[in-house]
Amino acid sequence: MAKCKYDWPEAGERSLIGKRIKRIDGPEKASGRAKYSYDINRPGMLFGKVLRCPYPHAKITALDTSEAENAPGVKGLRVIQGVGKEIRWQGDEVVAVAAVSEEAAEDAIRKIKVRYEPMPFLVIEEDLAKVPDTNKKPAVEQKVGDPDAAFSDSAATVSEGYYGTPVITHCCLETHGCVVEWPDEKSIKTWISTQAVSVVGGEFSTSLEVPQNNINVVCQYIGGGFGSKFQADRWGIEAARLSKMAGGKAVKMMLERDSELMVAGVRPSAFARIKVAAKKDGTLTAWRSESWGTGGLSGAGTIPLPYVFTKIPNLQKKHTAVAANIGAARAWRAPNHPQACLITLSALDDLAAKLNMDPVEFLHKNAELAPEGLVNTYRDELRKAAELAEWKKYWHPRGDKASGHVKRGLGVSLHTWGGRGHNGNAQVTIQPDGSVEVRMGSQDLGTGTRTVIAIVAAETLGLQVPDVKVTIGDNHYPFDGASGGSTTVGGVSSSTRRGSIDARDALFAAVAPSLGAPPDQLEAVGGHIRVKGNASKSLTWKQACAKLGAKPVQATGKNPGLCKGLASEGVGGVQIADVSVDTETGIVKINRLVAAQDCGLVIDVKTAESQVYGALIMGVCYALYEQKIMDPITGRMLNPNMEFYKLAGIGDIGEFMVHMMTGPGYDERGVIGLGEPPVISPGAAISNAVANAIGVRVPTLPLTPDKVLAALQQV
Amino acid sequence: MRRRRDKPRKPEALSRRDFLKGAGVAVSGGILAGQTAIAAAPPDQAEFVGPGEVPVTLRINGQSHHLNLEPRVTLLDACRNRLDITGAKRVCDRATCGACTMVIDGKPVYSCTTLAIEAQGHNIETIEGLSRDGHLHPVMAAFVEHDAQQCGFCTPGFVMACKAFLDKHPHPTREQVEKGLGGNLCRCGTYAGIRPAVLEAANAMRAAKA
Repeated sequence: MAKCKYDWPEAGERSLIGKRIKRIDGPEKASGRAKYSYDINRPGMLFGKVLRCPYPHAKITALDTSEAENAPGVKGLRVIQGVGKEIRWQGDEVVAVAAVSEEAAEDAIRKIKVRYEPMPFLVIEEDLAKVPDTNKKPAVEQKVGDPDAAFSDSAATVSEGYYGTPVITHCCLETHGCVVEWPDEKSIKTWISTQAVSVVGGEFSTSLEVPQNNINVVCQYIGGGFGSKFQADRWGIEAARLSKMAGGKAVKMMLERDSELMVAGVRPSAFARIKVAAKKDGTLTAWRSESWGTGGLSGAGTIPLPYVFTKIPNLQKKHTAVAANIGAARAWRAPNHPQACLITLSALDDLAAKLNMDPVEFLHKNAELAPEGLVNTYRDELRKAAELAEWKKYWHPRGDKASGHVKRGLGVSLHTWGGRGHNGNAQVTIQPDGSVEVRMGSQDLGTGTRTVIAIVAAETLGLQVPDVKVTIGDNHYPFDGASGGSTTVGGVSSSTRRGSIDARDALFAAVAPSLGAPPDQLEAVGGHIRVKGNASKSLTWKQACAKLGAKPVQATGKNPGLCKGLASEGVGGVQIADVSVDTETGIVKINRLVAAQDCGLVIDVKTAESQVYGALIMGVCYALYEQKIMDPITGRMLNPNMEFYKLAGIGDIGEFMVHMMTGPGYDERGVIGLGEPPVISPGAAISNAVANAIGVRVPTLPLTPDKVLAALQQV
Repeated sequence: MRRRRDKPRKPEALSRRDFLKGAGVAVSGGILAGQTAIAAAPPDQAEFVGPGEVPVTLRINGQSHHLNLEPRVTLLDACRNRLDITGAKRVCDRATCGACTMVIDGKPVYSCTTLAIEAQGHNIETIEGLSRDGHLHPVMAAFVEHDAQQCGFCTPGFVMACKAFLDKHPHPTREQVEKGLGGNLCRCGTYAGIRPAVLEAANAMRAAKA
């Protein structure tokens, strides 16, 4: 079959793809010049603040805003939820104010008088027996095969356990929010911190009845999103309304840190009682799970249990979503996967221990119960990760028998994710002076999107990365999808490749007469357009582009489009944690984290590795530290700040070994997203390593010293 | 820390993080290692100003800025909201994460908990003052080289903390780096790049001095 013209170049023909290339917006960020939404200052800009409800569930019985409306500097006030409204989580919006300074806006907020009638609430869901039926959604049950028979088989080894991970937040360093203004009565311009530049304008359009074409969304840099920044949000819409009230002046409305942690998204909790069985040789035969969790009032998404090992022949599962009075769930990097992974891989690790099996061998053996396309990937990655972690040297059966109070252990986990490229358009322009621009309404979350676009265009046109100008972050550019679910890299690399090939071919057509060869005999290599196999018939890039006369070449590449091989989906990934646990203090220390990760064709190894490093560190955060701690008495969040909503610091993370699976078997799959997969396994790998070290399971994350010590008392 | 006395006496409450002190604090439990030290003057010596706006002069990156500010305005907010100096970020807003780090008289400071009026008479350096004419400071160049940034929102704070740290510790050990930068937090997880970046920047800064 003839090679499709939109395929990736063969390995030997790649000069940039798959190399280690510095991110192109690195200097802007490192020098502080990069302007985030929070950094936008506009002439006469007002500052917006929101009065938030302190109760988890209450009815507003009285509201007096008169003093605030007349306070110095106040230019607008809007009641968001007034008398009679029922508030259903702490921090929900009540009144918004815009004033000439932050201080004036804060003063005005303090002058608002609200009376609430507190109502019953639920904020703690870990003990399902204590959750009232009214807070439980109807349970979802599924059954495959005959689990009862499988569990009672005398040849089966059965392990039972309880596992879980609590509600955590996104804790984006740049809080949610925007600057918004009305350039005229029928237009809105907003600098919003968003993962959806081309999409989010629709919400402003609908809410404010402004034609969508008159909404300009700009986001050049975003200070973290992780799945929580797709919407305009109520505070964004209210900022636009306040701006209108103030004659169109810009209003900056960025959440305070406490609001960010209270209302701007959570990752749902997941707890489960698991029963799992295997034959004496380790082959899994049966799974039973009773799970529950909350992601706010709407409960939580479906947790894919059993994780990865979907072909276990006998399955029974029941999931109960709990409605709790906390700020609503939002997609959190790999939605539902880290929870499912923690529960499943912990349960399997406990079963392997009961079977006296090495867990790496156990997973290797059971890889056949994973989706077909991943079986070999997992086996490759288990081998690679075990080699890098020196598994054979350092692993021991459960419980470190060495003397001393510091115990060392190793744990393994694996994961999967889709990551197919999103829809989008890349407009590629080659000017007669030789300058090149790729333009699209995309966004770079810090994943390296700009860099990937530049690499693909430069590779295709035979140029270097700095020769390509990448213009993104504005919804007036050609549509590109939102950045969620690891869909960006596949989307933008495919659209850029198609657009660049079409633009290049148009350039070939324009210069073919000068080179005395048909266009399909030309190639773009090393800054030249030349005749294939005849390097003497060549023009420099600039000379070639000059042949265009006054007219640039422009082409728009779409994704999806012709030739499906540019991007695909479905990755694996294996991680191994090496930890030390101080059995006197209960403190868990990470010695080393190893990741073997595939993602098809890697465009930029440097930024790809950064994604994995970052995911491992984020994994350390939620494995050891993070929890949205709710007070059962008041229903309020006890740690809406960064002293007590803890993230790992630079001294808490240990060493890393990241291995990207590339080459034959991987590259030809095309580009697949990488943002989510590596953040899935750290919780399970670290929990398993701790169990291996101390000989007993700490059932729930985070693995805080108190829980480690409590678990040790059961030994 | 010695303070210049070219201004009328003001409350001595420059909150700051002192890396020398910070180096003595163990990193544990994922919380910061840096310290916030507050040295308040005895009340009978304090001069009271406000609550209305008062004239304030801030010397930032060698340039004097004259402002009228309420005394409650922080140095960070004065820079970000009044002077459009936005490299320092507001993240935790209470001296935990270091995204607001500026350097005052050579010491790294959490500008989110430093009042603008208290920063008068001192030499304030922000990240904008570190790269002139588009030329990257060695710390910045090392951060780019080692991809020690993702979303980049914590990066200016890290760069400033790192610069102040290396000025004090030109030959840092890995352990010193982990303690010295323990007062800054990143959410994307860029520490793996920051560690080698700091060591490389140390080499480059020493080479530049030699």
